[in-house]
Amino acid sequence: MSNNTDSAAANTATPASAGVVLSRSGVFTGVRWGDYLGVAPFLIFAVMFLVVPTLYLVVGAFIGRDGTFTFQNIVDLGTPQIVSSFWISIRISTASALLGSLFGLLIALAIIRGRLPSAIRSTVMTFSGVASNFAGIPLAFAFLSTLGRLGLITVILKTVFGFDMYKAGFNILSFWGLTITYCYFQIPLMILIIAPAIDGLKKEWNEAAATLGATPYQFWRYVGLPILWPNLLGTISLLFANAFGAIATAYALTGSSLNIVPIVLYAQIRGDVLNNPGLGAALALGMIVITAVANVIYLVIRTRAERWLK
Amino acid sequence: MKRSKLWAWIILILGALYFLLPLVATLLFSLSIRRGTYSLDAYTNVVQAPAFQQTFTFSLVVGVATIVVGLLIVVPAAYFVRLRAPQLRPIIEFVTLLPLIIPPIILVFGYIRMYNSSSLLPLTNTALGTNILLTLAYVALALPYMYRAVDTGLRTIDVQTLTEAANILGANTLTILVRVIFPNIIVAVLSGAFLTLAIVIGEFTIASLLNRPAFGVYMQNVGANRAFEPAALAVISFVITWIAMGMIQLLARFAPKTAPRTD
Repeated sequence: MSNNTDSAAANTATPASAGVVLSRSGVFTGVRWGDYLGVAPFLIFAVMFLVVPTLYLVVGAFIGRDGTFTFQNIVDLGTPQIVSSFWISIRISTASALLGSLFGLLIALAIIRGRLPSAIRSTVMTFSGVASNFAGIPLAFAFLSTLGRLGLITVILKTVFGFDMYKAGFNILSFWGLTITYCYFQIPLMILIIAPAIDGLKKEWNEAAATLGATPYQFWRYVGLPILWPNLLGTISLLFANAFGAIATAYALTGSSLNIVPIVLYAQIRGDVLNNPGLGAALALGMIVITAVANVIYLVIRTRAERWLK
Repeated sequence: MKRSKLWAWIILILGALYFLLPLVATLLFSLSIRRGTYSLDAYTNVVQAPAFQQTFTFSLVVGVATIVVGLLIVVPAAYFVRLRAPQLRPIIEFVTLLPLIIPPIILVFGYIRMYNSSSLLPLTNTALGTNILLTLAYVALALPYMYRAVDTGLRTIDVQTLTEAANILGANTLTILVRVIFPNIIVAVLSGAFLTLAIVIGEFTIASLLNRPAFGVYMQNVGANRAFEPAALAVISFVITWIAMGMIQLLARFAPKTAPRTD
């Protein structure tokens, strides 16, 4: 999904096109101001509607009720309610990222290296494009219709097989319910990101390993997985960030019965339920730090991994 | 060609079960509003509700506005970065990654703090101002996809030669952008536009926190109060997403193929 931008960067960095630019506007004398005019709306927009609002919250996290600098808001994040909301958010994001990438990887391997009819691959890729964008409120409705108390699967299991999932302890409004639901957009996202990397595993490597007497297990253990590993790690952290910031699905599914961080923050923005604006900003800062770390891991690893798969 | 592998089929079938069962279940659920028989009543209820028509139209208008504003910002930036200011590329690309890093709820929280009634630019004071803020928030959400689509489009055409040719014929920069570059990347632009529409049309978090009567907020309301109508809404949303993605696939076949200069 993000590979295009990098190859585009590589394109313009070639000496030929750089030479053309040099001779035309002269980098040595600096770029003409008119050129910046074209980029200006973009940069102004970015500053006003991406950078400053985020920084505003970051700064707000360190300002107390009396308007002075304080660490109190950060300290106050230690209350049991907020700690438990971060804990359950981290658990759900981790579980859905791990399950999503495991099954996404398996499906991607199946369609690319499983010698299935080629029409299946394009169908799965198209479907992944749709499903990875099918998130939010409608996704919650779909899973309520499937695994909710009156959902199709729940009812079929109960009437046909005599198995009551809800008596057995399952609940769609729970950790596992939300994790299974999140996988519906996590798995396709994994397929979309990892498929190019699997394509990058050259057939010759298989043949070379086979010639040297390697079993398929040995090939994957010593060649395939080590090469895919950086991509896998990177994508897992991207999926983690993806789940951590998501709110609409959880909100429509569970209302406010499952206190993940975005839902606590949503309630705080709505009605200052924490009774402290600074604490709200601190909560936001916590989310920014966690998603930013996960995304930075992804970006750093991806840049390194791409060197291998060129 | 060797035969298909058994394990691949097993994984594919398991995956298909996981992905298709909820769709089938939702479809059947949406049809079973009447006891013992299938009917389209849930759909009729949904589509005939004035709130559905109003919120859907609202979100569609905001979506189109998002695309227009997004293109006005992105196309000149991508064009100038490609043609004359490649040294700005790292900055621009970093910016296009920001919306992926900052969750929407953080973004809207920042907006509410920054553009509230007591601020320098009190956008949330009026309905129009809040609609503008909502549109700009969606532009921010769509920025990564929009920029990538436009940049991909620019990469497949020969920007340099087209610009020089237009220059020689006496066109100014605005004319070049509007009448030469834009028509040549229209396919890429449209695929970015459809993706934007798919993202924006059912968006809940930002619209809800800005108190806008958007389709996502309406869906959430229905979900909290009705049993079968939400399933019908989910089916409708899925079809919309599918159409948007299908259009992108279809458009890809019509992409112009003027190879970039390789000197």
